[in-house]
Amino acid sequence: MVVPAMLFIFVFSYLPMYGVLMAFQDYQLFGGFFHSPWVGFKHFEAFFNSPDFWNVMRNTIVISLLKLCIGFPAPILLALMLNEVRLMLFKRIIQTVSYLPHFLSWVIVGGFVGSMLSTDNGSVNMLLMNLHLTSEPISFLSVPEYFWGILVGTGIWKEMGFAAIVYLAAIAGIDPHLYEAASIDGAGRFKQIQLITLPCIRPVIIIFLILAVGNILNAGFEDILILATNPILRDVSDVIDTYVYRMGILNNRFSYAAAAGLFKAVVSIGLLALANKAARKMGSSLW
Amino acid sequence: MMKLSAGDKVLQVMIYTVLLLLGFITLYPFWNSLVISFNVGSDTALGGITFWPRSPTLDNYEVVFRDSRIGHAFLISILRTIVGTTLSVLFTAILAYGLSRHELMGRKVYMVFCIITMYFSGGLIPTFLLLREFGMMDTFWVLVIPGMISVYNMIIFRTFFLGLPAGLVESARIDGCNHIGVLTRIILPISGPVVATLSLFTAVYHWNDWFSASIYINDTRLIPIQTLLKQILNSNIVTDQLQKAIGSSAAAQDRLALVQSVTSKSLIMATTMVATLPIITVYPFLQKYFVKGVLIGSLKE
Repeated sequence: MVVPAMLFIFVFSYLPMYGVLMAFQDYQLFGGFFHSPWVGFKHFEAFFNSPDFWNVMRNTIVISLLKLCIGFPAPILLALMLNEVRLMLFKRIIQTVSYLPHFLSWVIVGGFVGSMLSTDNGSVNMLLMNLHLTSEPISFLSVPEYFWGILVGTGIWKEMGFAAIVYLAAIAGIDPHLYEAASIDGAGRFKQIQLITLPCIRPVIIIFLILAVGNILNAGFEDILILATNPILRDVSDVIDTYVYRMGILNNRFSYAAAAGLFKAVVSIGLLALANKAARKMGSSLW
Repeated sequence: MMKLSAGDKVLQVMIYTVLLLLGFITLYPFWNSLVISFNVGSDTALGGITFWPRSPTLDNYEVVFRDSRIGHAFLISILRTIVGTTLSVLFTAILAYGLSRHELMGRKVYMVFCIITMYFSGGLIPTFLLLREFGMMDTFWVLVIPGMISVYNMIIFRTFFLGLPAGLVESARIDGCNHIGVLTRIILPISGPVVATLSLFTAVYHWNDWFSASIYINDTRLIPIQTLLKQILNSNIVTDQLQKAIGSSAAAQDRLALVQSVTSKSLIMATTMVATLPIITVYPFLQKYFVKGVLIGSLKE
């Protein structure tokens, strides 16, 4: 029973791995893998020397770091706040609402963002103008300076509620006696969060942090493709994955794009190993 | 309940306020789009539509449903979601069942073989070229087959299967039941919550995925709704869509009046709502399952 599935995994997951070899070839459409000439590191050199390289690397790293520094703690904060809510109905409603965006596709989220930020009576511009914060509508999605903020904010909007599930469950598993003891000792809710809740969910936080660090070069793909439709934004929006897509699928530079993709994969694996090593020092690891 | 100090009360008030605000920010874009989709387009263009439709209408939806491409894309999405979810959950469960059996020789090797694919992959370009060499471009199956086995879901299934009492399978085997029978008649029926969760996640993936269709499919008859919506958002085919709606219609003149009040924005919002509705109506009811499912997944091994 296992064999057909294994074959399946071999065909759809391992055969493409063989395809990474094409990064070292001048891949030709009609020659396929077997008849394309080998060119060594030519495409890697071209990628490192291209004027796009530093731009793409900067965007990849900055966007991931922003997502890590702001996007990672956000669900933890939400879980901590939800845990303080005593009205069960209120808690359940807020939770259900917070999951909603997770179930929407990026296309739809992109449509919402476009509609909210639109200069043509978008709600955000209407609000800003009513508050007299700006005299004329701002075209948010065509100003490079705003792009990172919009990207990270949208990501948090979409996934914060769903990501909070795990932390809420971890909090629910904490022994209530700890809280009682703390409150008898005179600790307020804030102190209790600080001294009991956070230390108790620390292992969960660390595991998710390692996963996030291992993902650091995955700055985004769908979200950027959807939100950065305006070419003006390319200088701040192009990350390795979108670059690979643009070069490979849209411009048919298969080998060049595969080289860029392989470079990313190698660096990612290195980062994952590094993060795991650091985590092992802190007392928990993935493997 | 314990008594709250003054500081605690301040904290409580702050938390409720922040959560209410968050809830509002989460819901508002959705609500606003819904309102715009029910408002006369030419009126929306005047601005000021926030919480309620100013001049309610169903015209936008009429135009959307009149457009055969949208209806067709909707059907493709439904078909893809049903076929894709069924195949994926079934085959992933079969693999997980196999790998959960102790009598399987070398199951550790098989597991490693599977898990490696979670960390290493050929990447976008080689996968794209492979599928093209297989001649899968522009077929319905390219949307369903490549992602059919999910290693992540397999691990969740397997962890759950391993937790079931071993005697269950053994007694069925002694009674002469083959493995397929054990899986479909005994294991899957008692795995309700896991099957429900993984089916929901797989279905959401299939319903929401626009990217694979955008690179693997050119044939307009195979475009799913999300991909079509993306094309609509990115281009001016909206006007084209409007013309089609008037176009060959017998009562073209009647339609003209209708269509003049519909703008691209109101039309996009109506299409968006159509593409969102199936999921929005289901997920609150499945909440208790997926909360459990996420936990099984995160506490593995």
